[in-house]
Amino acid sequence: MDIHEYQAKQLLSKFGVNVPPGEVVYQTHEAENIVSWLNEDKIVVKAQVHAGGRGKAGGIKVCSGDEQVVKTVDKMIGMKIITPQTSESGKTVRRVYLEKGYDVQKELYLCITIDRETGGNTIIYSRKGGVNIEEVSEKTPNEIHNMKIAPGSDLLTHHARTIVYNLGLKGAVAKKAQKNILSVYKAFVSLDAAMIEINPFAITKNEDVVILDCKASFDDNALYRQRIVAEMKDENEYDPLELEAARHDLNYVKLDGNIGLMVNGAGLSMATMDIIKYYGGEAANFMDVAGAATPERVAAAFKLIYKDPDVQGILINIFGGMMRCNDIATGLVNASKEVGLNKPLVVRLEGTNVDIGKEILINSGFPIKPVDTMEQAAQDVVKMVEENQ
Amino acid sequence: MAVLLTKESKVICQGFTGAQGTFHSERAIDYNTNIVGGVTPEKGGTKHLNVPVFNTVAEAKKKTGCNASGVFVPPPFAADAILEAVEAELDLVVCITDGIPTSDMQRVKREMKGCQTRLVGPNCPGVLTPGVGKIGIIPGHICKPGRIGVVSRSGTLSYESAVQTAELGQSTIIGIGGDPVNGTNFVDALELFLDDDETDGIVLIGEIGGTAEIDGAEFIKSWSGKIKKPVAAFVAGAAAPKGRKLGHAGAIVNSGAETADAKKEALKSAGVTVADTITTIGDAMRKAMKI
Repeated sequence: MDIHEYQAKQLLSKFGVNVPPGEVVYQTHEAENIVSWLNEDKIVVKAQVHAGGRGKAGGIKVCSGDEQVVKTVDKMIGMKIITPQTSESGKTVRRVYLEKGYDVQKELYLCITIDRETGGNTIIYSRKGGVNIEEVSEKTPNEIHNMKIAPGSDLLTHHARTIVYNLGLKGAVAKKAQKNILSVYKAFVSLDAAMIEINPFAITKNEDVVILDCKASFDDNALYRQRIVAEMKDENEYDPLELEAARHDLNYVKLDGNIGLMVNGAGLSMATMDIIKYYGGEAANFMDVAGAATPERVAAAFKLIYKDPDVQGILINIFGGMMRCNDIATGLVNASKEVGLNKPLVVRLEGTNVDIGKEILINSGFPIKPVDTMEQAAQDVVKMVEENQ
Repeated sequence: MAVLLTKESKVICQGFTGAQGTFHSERAIDYNTNIVGGVTPEKGGTKHLNVPVFNTVAEAKKKTGCNASGVFVPPPFAADAILEAVEAELDLVVCITDGIPTSDMQRVKREMKGCQTRLVGPNCPGVLTPGVGKIGIIPGHICKPGRIGVVSRSGTLSYESAVQTAELGQSTIIGIGGDPVNGTNFVDALELFLDDDETDGIVLIGEIGGTAEIDGAEFIKSWSGKIKKPVAAFVAGAAAPKGRKLGHAGAIVNSGAETADAKKEALKSAGVTVADTITTIGDAMRKAMKI
């Protein structure tokens, strides 16, 4: 689960990390009070959306003077942020964060994440922080350092010391940076975070250490024991269909294509997206009917995909395993009746009673085409959607 | 003699009397798996599915001589269940549970350092040796005895692989699971299959995210000069958008090396026959074996 920048900063400050003073606003008029409370020459106005690359998309503005701040907030609320990390239609800004601006001497990069190679955590850091960090890692990978912490072990002072030395810091600033890094790591472990990225991890002209931007995401599997984090979930950041899917316990991610997918298993779902692309189509979603593909779950998942206005054709790929295909087929036909199916639907079922299942689909009176292989299913649905356009 | 699960294995189920434990243990017994008992705290001394229930793994081992366990315990308690089996010094622990907090598994990883027990999973379909038995949820009827070793991060894609290699049959199918921190990895599974007299060819099914497939490719490269077995592979997720997490597969693309294309390239350069789509993995295996 992702949270907003301001929420991440609230959490980190509880662990002693030095974050700029700031406050979030939902409406323009709230900004006036915040500005006078902050009482700073320079205030940064930041759109709160779950996507990187906000600055380049106009979501971060440095302002001076009350009037400019309020005007900027007014413009920003309701605006769409479109970055390489959002969908094509972008994300609407509903919350804006106002915080103290600094004169920055150095922009460093710091990120803690799970290390799949060792099973521990890893701290990625660089002297070349800032908005072009991706370019840095691509063009000069030797500027990106890595500190691996063994599974279940703590970050110790000597680790933090090594990091600050490699970041080129000395004296009092080095000490401050070291303390902040230890605090961020403590927060990471205590809150069951999956990633905390601080960019820039800034050194100000006054030789202070402050975290200017922060992205945090958390282990969904641990939210049951991290209630404070779980309550920070902003439902506006999710596609409405994704929220509905979550309520049905379905793994669903909205994508940019036009072929709706319903598959059991995350791996098979990805492989189905791949084969659609291989034959020239594009998936409208990722959908893993996790757990047992019962007729009820299949019907719920099907209705959800059908609601997506981008979907022009549907491919269902179920590897029944323990389930009987005739039950799944009956569930599908009933769901088709409910929605009044009028989009092409290609179905590939594998498992027990597959022939009875196919017959149920053929005799349903709906435009449902059962096929034998995944290959044929992908080819057929891509062709049918093309013909419909 | 196949790998991990052999005729000599004595298997217990942790979370035995729960819905999942019961359902899948029934199927495992139908598949002739040597299930000698199960563990559910507070239910020790009773019988379930005609075998004894114990309160602890240690007690189950003492009474039955079990050496392998399937863990079907709910996520908040699963890491503890794994460590209980490790402390009882079982040879094999297969954890099916999906949704264990990552930091719990980091703890497991730390505790298991240097110990003899092999962990498969979590969040995996388990292990199946056709004609011998199974621990986990892989449907028995799709697997045929034979000489192909299958190792997969994805459950359903391991089933696809079993169906597609039905003519050749399988020595053992190992689902290693898709979680960021897990037990057995591709290199471990490749090592097992390489040393197994009953395995002639290996199917490897990977996904985007992490670098386990790259490590596997490096390992295969290091075989040159030694006895080598043909390997066919598929990596799911070529069409996945960058930077978005797709389901519980734990498939997050973080860096260039973690994309499907980079993994396919690494495997190709190690001499692996890579299938473009999952539907051609059987053909790729036959091609790699020159049949």
